[in-house]
Amino acid sequence: MRLREEYDMSELITALQLSDPDAAYHRLVDAHRGLSEEQSADLNARLVLLLTNHVGDLAVLDQAIELAKAERGS
Amino acid sequence: MAATGSGGPAAAGIGVSGDATMGAGARKALYQFGYARSRDQDAFEATGEAVRHPVVVVGAGPVGMTLAVDLALRGQPVVILDDADRIGEGSRAICFAQRTLEIWDRLGVAAPMVEKGVTWQVGKNFLRDDLVYKFDLLPEDGHKMPAFINLQQYYAELFLVERIAELPLIDLRWNNKVTAIESPGDGKAVTLTIETPEGTYPLKADWLIACDGARSPLRDMMGLEFRGEVFDDRFLIADVKMAADYPAERWFWFDPPFHAGQSALLHKQPDDVWRIDLQLGPDADPEVEQRPENVIPRIKRMLGHDNFELEWVSLYSFQCRRIDRFIHDRVIFCGDSAHQVSPFGARGANSGVQDAENLAWKLDLLLKGEADDALLETYDAERSFAADENIGHSTRSTDFISPKSEMEHTLRNAVLDLAAKTEFARSMVNSGRLSKATTYDTPLSTPDSATFSGVARLGAPVPDAPLKRVDGSPTWLHDELDQGFTVLHVANGAAPNAVEGAALRIIGAELLDEAGQFRRRFDATPGATFVIRPDQHLVARFRHFDAAKVTEAIARAKGRADAAA
Repeated sequence: MRLREEYDMSELITALQLSDPDAAYHRLVDAHRGLSEEQSADLNARLVLLLTNHVGDLAVLDQAIELAKAERGS
Repeated sequence: MAATGSGGPAAAGIGVSGDATMGAGARKALYQFGYARSRDQDAFEATGEAVRHPVVVVGAGPVGMTLAVDLALRGQPVVILDDADRIGEGSRAICFAQRTLEIWDRLGVAAPMVEKGVTWQVGKNFLRDDLVYKFDLLPEDGHKMPAFINLQQYYAELFLVERIAELPLIDLRWNNKVTAIESPGDGKAVTLTIETPEGTYPLKADWLIACDGARSPLRDMMGLEFRGEVFDDRFLIADVKMAADYPAERWFWFDPPFHAGQSALLHKQPDDVWRIDLQLGPDADPEVEQRPENVIPRIKRMLGHDNFELEWVSLYSFQCRRIDRFIHDRVIFCGDSAHQVSPFGARGANSGVQDAENLAWKLDLLLKGEADDALLETYDAERSFAADENIGHSTRSTDFISPKSEMEHTLRNAVLDLAAKTEFARSMVNSGRLSKATTYDTPLSTPDSATFSGVARLGAPVPDAPLKRVDGSPTWLHDELDQGFTVLHVANGAAPNAVEGAALRIIGAELLDEAGQFRRRFDATPGATFVIRPDQHLVARFRHFDAAKVTEAIARAKGRADAAA
């Protein structure tokens, strides 16, 4: 794991940052459990907005969008 | 509406493309002007030759008339042709921004507009019943012109027509419809065919300025593509007359109780007229929705009563688009004919008036032989940039108000939900980002060689400031600027006596900055020197006066490429 300071400020970090990745993933699963499709979509939208503002960097957002849009396996 | 509120103003500086133009309250034309035969028609009948004019403007709307007045005040004769003989129809622009008012003030026509208009500066966005975001467009005083006024477009046009009547250099011809244009290119004059109640006559124009609106017939005659984005949602725009004591604020609702799932807007105009704008969705039938029996219940739900009269109703869809180039040899497009935006943000009429002011001084210098096509090209560059900026803001606003897919809707609603809890989301709520003057990144500006703080920005119109003359009488910075170039110098012992090619104003000698607002807004230290274009944009600033640098900055601002060296 590299330290955050080693990265350029406007570079999307894809190396592991979480000390407990399983727990982080399960936080998201738990958040959606029991929700309808529509409620889940609303939750995801709010999460994306909150985290986007937390990141606070359009260049990072652009890279995240690009990576997220890439089709599976590409 | 108090309980539920009613919705805001669609600022509408629009060249809206209407699905339908007639409304329930179809208002009679308010001001009728007569057709009068011109000398050019006599001359054509006598000689068979078309009379030639240096500048012909097509379209007597706010943009065409602003351009004509500006040119006339610079000594240029202008013919304006308009295909109608009246003003006052339609639900059109109502919000006029500070920069537009400053331009009109320079042209001597702002005073009646501000007096008649409703001055406002606060906007409120509601989600359902809750206030989620409030903005104040003029948090600081010390400007001659207000942040915004609301004024029916027909009043703005009337005051411009009255101003034109005082200017013998302007020949305004009603009922003169251009039906054909021949533009041979290579800088040769354009020939127009003009239809009047007495038949047709031709006219030649060294420069033809197309200010004929969003549906510009000249643009079609020239075969120019009007490219951009079209929005499917339909909006009902109504002007209603009622006595109400709601404040003069722009109120905008997302998903209001009286109009579930859609947006609504309410804004005050003079004469107890209120602009109401209701989003109807993409499937609304224009013909059906404009019937009074359908309109009145909608507005009644919003207002909570039916004690109002419909002045005008129409249904619109919006587009954001532009032509690629604003200059086609001797034909220049200005205002909505060149670029069209949705009304959210009041960027239509306001940007058109700013087009006109950008063009006027450049065309004047060209006609006087003090500049060449290089200066004129900067009209295209600067105002294309402005058009893209306005289209960008307008598109974002319209996308926010009118999401295009389920997921866009989900995202938009997520912003609204978070707005109640978080500051960042409040700033994302977008019911229209209101028109501001564009800051030009332009080769006409001399790059800063020193650092300046303050709100004055290179390439932007200079901020106004209250000043005093030496006799103690109050004045405004904008009132002290020249129609040509102005050099502002802050006294610092030995002041320059004069500057070649510009009017010199010395702050601290003939003009006093007692309130300190000039100093703060310009970061004006002793000796600081500011060079200001005829359209009041700042083109150069220095910490100390240097005659050679000032002269070079003025030459550069006139498009003299060799001055850039």
